[in-house]
Amino acid sequence: MSQLIQNCASFGLFLTLGAYLLGVALNKRFKSPLTNPLLLSLVIIIPVLLLCGVDYDAYYEGAKYISFLLTPATVSLAIPLYRQLDKLKKHFKAILLGICSGVLASGLSIFALCALFGLSHTDYVTLLPKSVTTAIGMSLSAELGGVAALTVTAIVITGILGNCLAVFLCRLFRITEPVAKGIAIGTASHALGTSKAIEIGEVEGAMSGLSIAVAGLLTVAAAQVFAMLL
Amino acid sequence: MKYLKQFTIILGVCLLGEALRYVLPLPVPASVYGLVLMLVFLLTGLVKLDQVESAADFLIGIMSPMFIPAAVGLMDQFSSLRAILLPFFVINFVGLVITLGVTGRVTQFVLKREKEERK
Repeated sequence: MSQLIQNCASFGLFLTLGAYLLGVALNKRFKSPLTNPLLLSLVIIIPVLLLCGVDYDAYYEGAKYISFLLTPATVSLAIPLYRQLDKLKKHFKAILLGICSGVLASGLSIFALCALFGLSHTDYVTLLPKSVTTAIGMSLSAELGGVAALTVTAIVITGILGNCLAVFLCRLFRITEPVAKGIAIGTASHALGTSKAIEIGEVEGAMSGLSIAVAGLLTVAAAQVFAMLL
Repeated sequence: MKYLKQFTIILGVCLLGEALRYVLPLPVPASVYGLVLMLVFLLTGLVKLDQVESAADFLIGIMSPMFIPAAVGLMDQFSSLRAILLPFFVINFVGLVITLGVTGRVTQFVLKREKEERK
């Protein structure tokens, strides 16, 4: 059985899309951050792989085809941004100040928490890029002397939490302006949060997509300073 | 046919992004270079909105499941995570809440002040 699956390239892709569609159906039925389609997909896929004795590489052999689309999809985020260009120009100052403060808040909170838990410098620089998009975060972590694979895990966990909790947190902090919502979600939880922001609305999605790039680049600069703190 | 043409243009910009990443050795992914390039092309009129819009909206619409394969990679990290599991989750959770709250409140504060100034 596992031998058959190991050699079947469509398995990973079918499992991924099937689990996601099941997640979407469950989310429609039971509306809650806990029935987030992404979270449910992981809860379905990981046990299935472990039970069938399929290792990650064999799964990825099929699943990579959907991963590949991430680059063109990220490039496509320029389109809603272009459609919202008036808003971007008009609120330039608010957007830039918001993202800057978010990058600083992220760095400071990780610094304070790592100091509180008494984590090592390696753990600290591994966690530092957790709010930025995977490709930037991975290379930044490696450059600072962190463990890139664990950074990816932290980025994914932050992203899924952001995807699950974005709506709730915006309500909690009484963030009501669509521009502010998008900037907050994108700065805190990169592309995974952005896929939620897109569902909330066009302005939210565009602003969140913009934040991925801007917060990512600012974090690269800020992390050089933050890395010296602990 | 329309989708195929539009998708090819988007892939072309991805390709340019990858070339740019090769030339500029910053820790910036090809997709972010591509995003900036696409915006520049739209602004300069080199690419027209209706030449990419439909395919782009389709790709953005199905973006969520594209993250699943990378996220499933968690399964290979369970052993190295066990030692720092609690601090790891607390830092991720608290860090997210603080970052989202601060970013949103600051952006909204400046937006509202700008609105009042205009009045």
